[in-house]
Amino acid sequence: MKKNNLILYSGILIFGLAAPFLFPAFKVQLSILCVLIVLATTWNIQGGEMGYNSFGNILFYGLGMYLCASVQVGMFFPLAEWTESGGEKTFVHTPAQFFQGMAVGLIVAAVVPTIVAGLIGYSILGLRGHYFAICTLGLGVAAGEISGGIEIIGAGQGFTTPPFPEVGSLDSRGEFFYFLSFFVLVLTFITVKGIYTTRFKLILNAIRDNEDKAEAMGIETMKYKIIGWMISAFFCGLAGGIMGGLVGYIDSTDVAFDGREMGVFMVLMAILGGKGTLWGPIIGATVFHIFKEGFWTFFLGWQYVALGVLIVVIVIYFPEGIMGWLREKYPERFGEVVDEKDRKAQVELK
Amino acid sequence: MISVQACLDGILLGILFALIAYGMALQWGVMNIINIAQGDLVILGGYIAYFMYLYGIHPAWGVIVAPVIMYFVGIVIYKLVINKVVDRDLFISILATFGISILFMQLMNFAFGADVVLANSDYGTTMLFNNNVVLPNSKIFSAFISILFAICLVIYMKKSKLGRAIRATAQNARAAKILGVDTEKVYAATFGINAALCGVAGALISITFTIHPYMGLPYTIRSFMIVIVAGLGNLPGVAMSGMGLGVFEEFADYILGTEFRIGSVFLLLVLILVYRRFKLSRKREYLK
Repeated sequence: MKKNNLILYSGILIFGLAAPFLFPAFKVQLSILCVLIVLATTWNIQGGEMGYNSFGNILFYGLGMYLCASVQVGMFFPLAEWTESGGEKTFVHTPAQFFQGMAVGLIVAAVVPTIVAGLIGYSILGLRGHYFAICTLGLGVAAGEISGGIEIIGAGQGFTTPPFPEVGSLDSRGEFFYFLSFFVLVLTFITVKGIYTTRFKLILNAIRDNEDKAEAMGIETMKYKIIGWMISAFFCGLAGGIMGGLVGYIDSTDVAFDGREMGVFMVLMAILGGKGTLWGPIIGATVFHIFKEGFWTFFLGWQYVALGVLIVVIVIYFPEGIMGWLREKYPERFGEVVDEKDRKAQVELK
Repeated sequence: MISVQACLDGILLGILFALIAYGMALQWGVMNIINIAQGDLVILGGYIAYFMYLYGIHPAWGVIVAPVIMYFVGIVIYKLVINKVVDRDLFISILATFGISILFMQLMNFAFGADVVLANSDYGTTMLFNNNVVLPNSKIFSAFISILFAICLVIYMKKSKLGRAIRATAQNARAAKILGVDTEKVYAATFGINAALCGVAGALISITFTIHPYMGLPYTIRSFMIVIVAGLGNLPGVAMSGMGLGVFEEFADYILGTEFRIGSVFLLLVLILVYRRFKLSRKREYLK
C-alpha cells in the first residue's frame, strides 16, 4: 500500500514537471488548472471538512491578487502614476526588479489575507449554516464594489500588472508561471495531506458533524475554525497573486473579486469531486477545467447559461460528487469494512 | 433640505424593498428556502413592464401584467428545480438558486441587452417646501401600489383557504399534511406568489428607477437583510426595516458617493449579521 502510493505520487510529480514540455501549447491552461486545484482544495478545508460553506474565499483571492501586483509595482515605482498611465508605458521593470518584486509580493499576498482571515474570523465564524454562507457572499461582493471605487489601484478602469521581462531572446513566461503555480500546488497538497492525518482534521470533522457537542467535549471550536479559515486564506492569497501575474490585468469585479465566476467555481469543483475528501477537489477541478475549456467554445456567448445549468444539475443530481459515487460503488477501496450478510439483506430488501 | 430629500426618497424606496422582502419572508417561512434568484425575478418583472412601454402601452399596467406572468414563471421554476431541494440541506438550496440566478442574469442579458433602461411613466414631479424638495410622482405612485399589494396579500393570507393552508404549512408541514393539506401544491403556490410579488416590485422599479440584467443580487441581499432584521412573520417589522434600509442607502449615496452605494449595502449586511451574532452569543445561542 505504502509503496503503491510512493509510485503514484512520484508519477504525478514527474508528469507535473514534464507537462509544460509535453504540451507546450497548454502552458497557460495548465497553470490555471494548478490554481483552480489549489482553490478547490483549500475551499474544501472549511467547506467540506469543517462544514462552513463559504462563498467568500474569493475575498482572499482578490486581496492576494491586488496586494501582489501593488507590492511588485510599489517597491520600485510610484503606484499612483503607474495606474494612471495604464502601466507599462512609462515604467519598465528590469528582470531582477521583476523577480524581486514578485517574491516579496507573493509573501505579502499570502500573509496579509491570513491575518485578515484571523481578524474577521472571530466575528464571521460565529455565524452558522446559511447565515455564514450569505454573510461571506456579502463580504466578497462588498470587497469587489469597494475596491472598484479606490483610485490608487485603478478604480473602474483596472490595473495592469508588470509584464514579464524578456531575458535575452528566450520567452519563458509560460514556464515561469507554470512552475510557480505547480510549486504552490505541491505545497498545498503536502500541507493538506499533512493536516488530514492529524487530530486537527478530526476536530474539523467533529465541528461539521455537531458543533455544540464538540464544544461540550472540551474542544475550543472557535480556535480551530479560525485556524482552518486562515489556512484557506493563506493559499487563496498565494493563488490570487499568481493568477494576477498570469492574467496580466486586474479588474475589481471581473478578475479579482469575481464572485460570479471564480467564487462559484471553487465551490462547484469541490462539490463535483466530492466534499470532505482529499482527492475529490483535485479530481473535480481537473474534470471541471477540462469540461470548461473543451466545451466553452461550443457555447460561445452562452457560457454563463451553461454554467447556471451545470450548477443546478450538479447540485440536484450529483451532490455527493465523483468520490462519493466511487465510495458507494467500491466501499472496500476506501477501507470500509462491508458486512457481507448486511449487504445481502439490503439487496433482498430492495 | 438635502437630508429631508434623502429621507423621503429613502422611505419611498424602502417601501418597495419591504415588498420584495415580504415575498422572501413568505417562502423562507413556508419552505425554508433562501432564494438567491429573488433579485433576478424582480429584474425580470421590470423587463416585462419595460417591454409594454416599448410597445406603446403605459408601463403602469405592468403592475397588473407582470405578476400574472411571473406567477407562472415561479411555478415553472418550482416544478423544475425547487421541489427537488425543498427538504435538503439549506446550502444545497442556496447553491441551486445561485445557479438559477446566474442563468437568469445571462438569459436576460441576451434577450434584452446589457443597457441600463427605464420605462418612462410621464407622471411629472411634486415640489415641496418652497421647491427645495423634489419628489417624482412615480415614486409616490409606486409606494402607494406596493402598500396596496401588501394589504391585499395580508387579507388574502388571513381569509382565503389557500392562505390558511400556507400558514398551516409554515407552522408545521407534517401536521398540515396529515390534516389533508396538499403541501406540494402549497409550496408551488407560495413560490408563485413570491415570484408575482417580485414581478410587481420589478415593474415599479422599472418605472421609478433603472433596471439592468446584472442588478439582481443587491435586491436579494437587501431583502435578506430586511428579513433577518425584522424576523420571519413580522410584517410591521419588515415595513419599518425596509424604510430604514432605504434611508440608510440614500444617505450612504449622498455621503460616500454613488460608487460605494452597493458596497455599503453589502457591508451593512455583514455588520448586521456580526452584531446579531455577538448579541446572541452572550446567551450562548446562535442565529438559526
